[in-house]
Amino acid sequence: MLKILNLDAGYGALRVLKGISLHVSPGEAVAVIGANGAGKTTLLKAIAGVLKPHAGEIVFDKRNILGRPAERIVRLGCCLVPEGRHVFSSMTVRENLLLGAYCRRRENTAASVQEGLEQVYDLFGILKERSSQLAGTLSGGQQQMLAIGRALMSRPKLLMMDEPSLGVAPLVVRDIYETIVTLKRNGLTILLVEQNARAALAVADRGYVIETGQIVLQGPSRQLSDNPEVQRAYLGKEYRRIDE
Amino acid sequence: MDQVSMYNAKCETMPREELRQTQWERLQSTLNRVYRNVAFYKTAFDSHNVNLERLRDIKALRELPFTTKTDLLQSYPYDMFAVPLRDIVRIHTTSGATAKPIVVGYTQNDLRNWRECAARLLTSAGVTQQDVVQVALHYSLFADGFGFHQGAERIGASVIPASLTTSVAKQLVIMKDFKTTVLVSTPSHALNIAASLDEAQVHLERLSLRLGLFGGERWSEPLRRQIEERLRITSIDTYGPTEVLGPGVAGECHLRHGLHINEDQFIVEIVDPKTLAPVPLGHEGELVVTTIMKEGFPLIRYRTGDITRLNPEPCPCGRTFLRMDRITGRTDDLILVRGVGFFPSQIEEIVGQFGGISPYFQIILDQEGGVDTIQVRVEISGALPSLDEVKAFESLRLQMAARIKAVLDVDAKVILLEPGSLRQLAGGSERVLDRRPG
Repeated sequence: MLKILNLDAGYGALRVLKGISLHVSPGEAVAVIGANGAGKTTLLKAIAGVLKPHAGEIVFDKRNILGRPAERIVRLGCCLVPEGRHVFSSMTVRENLLLGAYCRRRENTAASVQEGLEQVYDLFGILKERSSQLAGTLSGGQQQMLAIGRALMSRPKLLMMDEPSLGVAPLVVRDIYETIVTLKRNGLTILLVEQNARAALAVADRGYVIETGQIVLQGPSRQLSDNPEVQRAYLGKEYRRIDE
Repeated sequence: MDQVSMYNAKCETMPREELRQTQWERLQSTLNRVYRNVAFYKTAFDSHNVNLERLRDIKALRELPFTTKTDLLQSYPYDMFAVPLRDIVRIHTTSGATAKPIVVGYTQNDLRNWRECAARLLTSAGVTQQDVVQVALHYSLFADGFGFHQGAERIGASVIPASLTTSVAKQLVIMKDFKTTVLVSTPSHALNIAASLDEAQVHLERLSLRLGLFGGERWSEPLRRQIEERLRITSIDTYGPTEVLGPGVAGECHLRHGLHINEDQFIVEIVDPKTLAPVPLGHEGELVVTTIMKEGFPLIRYRTGDITRLNPEPCPCGRTFLRMDRITGRTDDLILVRGVGFFPSQIEEIVGQFGGISPYFQIILDQEGGVDTIQVRVEISGALPSLDEVKAFESLRLQMAARIKAVLDVDAKVILLEPGSLRQLAGGSERVLDRRPG
């Protein structure tokens, strides 16, 4: 579904990603974990077309999307739920969701948009309850759900999520992750970027560990969770000893 | 047995294009890791001006320096480990008791992947959970016994860790009474067992044996036929040096036309052992292996010293992994006898510890009834005071043999020669005479 080869990206002269290669197969949930500043968000931005990469290859659904404009990439079915939600706070929940369908305005009919809305409401009951409330009045967790719902309105084949657990109450993190499991079960392909390695590895099939712009470890989620280095660095199992 | 059984069909039949992406991703993360964690590789890459960030595909492997057996010996014991010792859960060593051995560490994940590789190998050979598997391989320090053992347990077979310390006679009793269906051993040990059938008055009809998996030493096609006829079994060749992983790197499928390499975990190249340049696909040369899944003891471009050839033809069994020919030789002078490897220099060292011996010696390898034999011919120096005493000779001879056995774990026959008879060999290549067929 998604194949990335030797991706170099950054901001101006700053190289953040130094030759990243990864892939996501159809129906798979893949997690990218790493510390703050490792390059996780840059990676998603580069895939989504928000950031123009310096070099490399990004193939989505057999099409080279490197350097394509973001709106084209969304239309191809590759949609990003950005870090920090970025919902339109002065618009209602329903309006936010409808905007998510905007990119498909040519294909969409009133009925198909309504169907999409119903599906999102099925997934997040709270959004239905609050559909006419202003998005800015929602809690952090609800805004996250709204951001995911808005992305789903574009009917993506690949859903990319940037830190969906960031700034969300622990109980709500569980809800959000349960939703991710449901989405995966429904056949959606997912690329997840997280500092919360425990949550991400629990739902993902495979994972990549990114460190200063390079992938240093990859494998099935279970093997990553069992890796002592990952445990020390990202799962908080024990602190690095002084003698190391 | 025409239906193909696979332990992990999804992986073993992965389309080549997908495999290429997987291999590259795994190689990239392995390179980034060894550069950060293993001083040897940091130095090696830096001194070869390798910029890991600029490598673009698997072909870039050619820009990387080789790792040799000497490098590994010099890293004794832990310098090649890529994780702290407390993350290592198992330690094996290669053979080689006088020179220090190569020490190989495995993490929890390494053991899991090893089990997977061994399970694939056993499954492709036709072993199932119905089988009783007798593992007649070294368990002490070496990886061989453990590798097959864990793989066989993984697929649910009943495993008997008979090991190699058990006498052939006892091996046979176990085989008969426990209704062993699969024998895992060195080929020469299998022949030993076959040879002792008559002596032990065990008729083949009373054995349940149907399959043998062999490895640990080079063996020829004639020897294979001999084993198959005498034990009435199907035999499967396996490959897996301890440094690289242990049993499970490669193995024959039921079609027995080459050994499938577990390419999701290893990248293989064939190079000319003299020029070290890559040879065209399908040509013979030295096998070079890069591990792409190992955490504890990763190897980049490791020169195995084994001579083989890669077969790019797809195998009718459906596996997409490349096949390699059975090992046809060694680049160095490592001598493999009954699964134990040693260098002539080690014999030289042992023999040299005795007084009254000239520096000249010769090793003659042969086969008797299909079993490897080793003869060490040593020249006495004229200075030995009690030359005329046959008893002294005999005791010296036996002491040397016992010492070789103790240090190298090989049964060698020592022959003493008159002064001057070997002198012309000094430094020549005839120090080792391999008369073994194949």
